[in-house]
Amino acid sequence: MQIYLPIAEMSVNVFLILGMGGAIGFLSGLFGVGGGFLMTPLLIFIGVPPAVAVGTEANQIVASSVSGVLAHWRRGNVDIKMGVVLLIGGLIGSFLGVILFKFLRSLGQIDLAISLSYVFFLGIIGSLMFLESLNAIFKSRRSGGVPAKRGGHRHSWIHGLPFKMRFRKSKLYISAILPLAVGVIVGVLAAIMGVGGGFVMVPAMIYLLGMPTQVVVGTSLFQIIFVTANTTFLQATMNQTVDVVLALLLLVAAVIGAQIGAKFGAKLKAEQLRILLAIMVLGVCAKLGFDMMSTPTEFFTMGIGGQH
Amino acid sequence: MRTMTASFARLARLVPALVLACGVLLTLAHAPAQAQEHERQPLVADLSRHLVAITTGFAGTDVLLFGATDEPGDVVLVVRGPNRDEVVRRKVRLGGVIWANGPAVTLHDVPAFYRVAANRPLEEIMSPAARERHQIGADTLNLRMSGDVAPEDRAEFREALVRLKESRDLYTVGPGDVNMLANRLFRTELHFPANVPTGTYMVEVYLVRDGEVVSAEITPLIISKVGIGADIFQFAHEQSALYGIAAIIIAVFAGWLAGVAFRKK
Repeated sequence: MQIYLPIAEMSVNVFLILGMGGAIGFLSGLFGVGGGFLMTPLLIFIGVPPAVAVGTEANQIVASSVSGVLAHWRRGNVDIKMGVVLLIGGLIGSFLGVILFKFLRSLGQIDLAISLSYVFFLGIIGSLMFLESLNAIFKSRRSGGVPAKRGGHRHSWIHGLPFKMRFRKSKLYISAILPLAVGVIVGVLAAIMGVGGGFVMVPAMIYLLGMPTQVVVGTSLFQIIFVTANTTFLQATMNQTVDVVLALLLLVAAVIGAQIGAKFGAKLKAEQLRILLAIMVLGVCAKLGFDMMSTPTEFFTMGIGGQH
Repeated sequence: MRTMTASFARLARLVPALVLACGVLLTLAHAPAQAQEHERQPLVADLSRHLVAITTGFAGTDVLLFGATDEPGDVVLVVRGPNRDEVVRRKVRLGGVIWANGPAVTLHDVPAFYRVAANRPLEEIMSPAARERHQIGADTLNLRMSGDVAPEDRAEFREALVRLKESRDLYTVGPGDVNMLANRLFRTELHFPANVPTGTYMVEVYLVRDGEVVSAEITPLIISKVGIGADIFQFAHEQSALYGIAAIIIAVFAGWLAGVAFRKK
């Protein structure tokens, strides 16, 4: 059954879109990630214009983050104060990101910028995750099931920064500049890559800010809702690239897939999950990197003129 | 006396054609009066419909073009979509590693859609000069170009445009089939793919004899989004701020609904 997407201006198979939403939803439920970093490249791959894929995916992540944050909220795992500081940074970042997006689009370099950011971030995070989980698996084998423990608070220049704030739920007393900067970077990424940025923010919160793991996911989801909502709004007003029909199809399937994924995830060990996720992240990274570097079969591209 | 016999013979030859033409027109619910009106015209053509509606379930469509000629001849038809500017970019290698978009050329007033069909190969029907004059064939399109590329390199961009349009099923360079019946009636299916651009199209039908166009008829065809899809597109472009807010509200509501629904289970 075909359905015409009014903003993407193309006709797609409903079951293909539902299948994609369900599969990515399953993976995001399994690994506890947003899945935007998988969905956006996949949408581009099936022929959705990159700009529409990015704008629409931001809209879909709003929905998946809302449904995700509810469970964390009930368990009290959301640090609102930290979330708000991250959010202020995120809003600044997504505003800058959308302007940058529009500029790169007018230069005809948006596809390259999207691919490059993906290869860069997926490469770094995939490798780190892979090494870390491999390490954890070896350690747990040797010492009989004790998971790898992270080092305590390191004191460095980071702790000398001004504007210190107390984050009670995260049990932290750090400079507000730090979460603000993390928020800005993630906001820019969210706008350019069409992702929530959880895969960058979660490691940054754990390793850079030193937040306790149990509040990290809830707080990042809380912040992602607002940043992706802002991105959706900006992409809709500045670029007209949000396709609600596509977003609705994706999110209906993704929500169901995520529930099934979460049930499966409960049966697997954390290290095994992380290593699987790392392999998947590296796989997407390698595919995008290979496409960028291999000699194209068609040396010319075409776009509609008059978009400024 | 001789001229009279000649015109009688001519009329006699016309009768079966007219009968056939009337038949076709009648079956397609056209008034016979219209056929009479066209009696003296060397070429009559029409489309099975003049509006292609892109609805939610749109996956491409065919429009039937049919018509009749007064005497045998070749029929060439050209379908031209609305004009717009297209930017064509050439990829260059950055630092010997990554392929990125390089020099760009803007081609002005490019038909968004272009298709040629004829009853036999174009080269057998018309001379290159005649094709050039009527812009029949994608290679004859008169395209203005601007951009940061030397004039001698521009031909490459032009060829690339045609090739890229072809790969998206928006241009066909080789002529499609026009079926001739009894040398007088013709019909063809015009195919419009799912990604067809919206706007006003011109369907030009040429009657060609001895390599020259003797008659032409132009019929407009409107392709437009209708229904929910059209409303959404209009909403997104005309009230983009409201659209953005609506998109967010829908997403928040859907997410909340999902969160609540799955908690109860």
